Amino acid sequence: MAADVKAAQAEKADKKKLKLALYWAASCGGCEIAVLDINEKILTVAELADIVLWPVATDFKYKDVEALPDKSVDVCLFNGAIRNSEQKELAELLRAKSKVMVAFGACACFGGIPALANQFDRESIFERVYGTTPSTDNVARVLPQTKLAVPQGELHLPTFYNAVYKLDDIVEVDYYLPGCPPPPELIWTAIEAIVSGKLPPVGSTIAGERSLCHSCKRKKEDKKVSAFHRVHEIIPDNERCLLEQGIICLGPVTREGCGERCLNANMPCRGCFGPTPEALEHGAGMLSAVATAVEGKDEDKLAKVLEGVVDPLGTFYRFTLADSLLRIRAKSLAAGRAETGERVKKEEAAS
Amino acid sequence: MTTAAADKATVTPEAGAAPAASWEPKIVAFLCNWCSYTGADLAGISRLKYPANLRIIRVMCSGRVAPAFVLKAFHEGADGVLIGGCHPGDCHYLEGNYKTLKRKLLFERLLEQFGIEKGRFRLEWISGGEGEKFARVANELVKEVQALGPLGSTRTRLARADGLVLRAEGGGR
Repeated sequence: MAADVKAAQAEKADKKKLKLALYWAASCGGCEIAVLDINEKILTVAELADIVLWPVATDFKYKDVEALPDKSVDVCLFNGAIRNSEQKELAELLRAKSKVMVAFGACACFGGIPALANQFDRESIFERVYGTTPSTDNVARVLPQTKLAVPQGELHLPTFYNAVYKLDDIVEVDYYLPGCPPPPELIWTAIEAIVSGKLPPVGSTIAGERSLCHSCKRKKEDKKVSAFHRVHEIIPDNERCLLEQGIICLGPVTREGCGERCLNANMPCRGCFGPTPEALEHGAGMLSAVATAVEGKDEDKLAKVLEGVVDPLGTFYRFTLADSLLRIRAKSLAAGRAETGERVKKEEAAS
Repeated sequence: MTTAAADKATVTPEAGAAPAASWEPKIVAFLCNWCSYTGADLAGISRLKYPANLRIIRVMCSGRVAPAFVLKAFHEGADGVLIGGCHPGDCHYLEGNYKTLKRKLLFERLLEQFGIEKGRFRLEWISGGEGEKFARVANELVKEVQALGPLGSTRTRLARADGLVLRAEGGGR
């Protein structure tokens, strides 16, 4: 592939450069750093491509992008999930202007960490964030508004949605580059493919096709778990399968190709590469794997062991709630509001 | 097909709205080939009365029913789900039903976090000779789900709340 890039480099030198857009939506910024983690290769990228939008690093405005002809941007790397109307607008704008749209990182691919908020609707999130957190002093109950009249005219803010959406809920996505953040090697693989024009079939995920357990070097024996531990509770043996040691590792249901960075640091997989291609549901698949790994037949004893699994939804769907079948808490949105409020109150009373 | 006709005839109202008078809960029942399906069959042969809300899916073992199947049933419009398996110790494949039991214990907690009421999901051990138990469970479940009302589709609810038309299905690609 390196030779291809060199050839492309030479060829591109006097031709028109590639046009590249990078955008962040509901994300933490880690994906932006990941782009820089390809280190000195970023210089090659700069040689090969002109950047038309990159809010974190360059000072282009949205109107600059709007002024571009349709399909004039070669590739858009879009990171972050869709949480509000501004992000949706930009996703649609960049889709129209770009030949290739890449869902970059776990949030764009599956909702990621922000999608864990799908356990609550807008009203209960606002109530919590602008009302009941211990550090909030908002007696007047001021909540974000989408419109405000000022002497100079009317000001507008984006609408905050009731749920976090993944990018392909909103626009067509050509390639998925998962990870939280995507590892530099895979980013470089993607860039090489783009530059050399040797792109995989549309809809491909740029990662492995099997589960992470296939590339995990740890010793695997029988899955007979008698107690679950959270990562801070024990120091696991770094040679043995973590799940067999009672640490929930999402390896069995998660796509390989990440370079096993967590496993090498003696930490379990949290599932940021999303489900394997065959999986019907990432989280439910892991729940099944975890539950059946427990040893024994006595219902009470089994229940006791399984109590050790703290926060099943947050653990099994850590990165993929927006990509799940149910997507949100069934009772949120009007029906569950009172209940959510009560839960918050209960939690507060407990702490 | 009578099922398709029934689907057409009943318009499922959304959760939160008052159920229309014509609303009947849809219940998906995964029954194992060796015990519970035979039990349901016996209920029929014995001419026991149980509601017609159950859509029975025969599986070789309750252990084959992955939690994802249950979520998919809810996702596709089921208001309740029943899994029927052999009594502990009686599994045709020795331990399949223990796997089901283990999953159930954790899965119930997940459903609660997803906001799906307890009464909508049930695991029952029904042997081939327990036609009566099958009819009783079916009656109880339908009554319970009827009281809970329609579950409603997430997709519709979100589309209504945020005005978005979602392009992709959830649940992987």
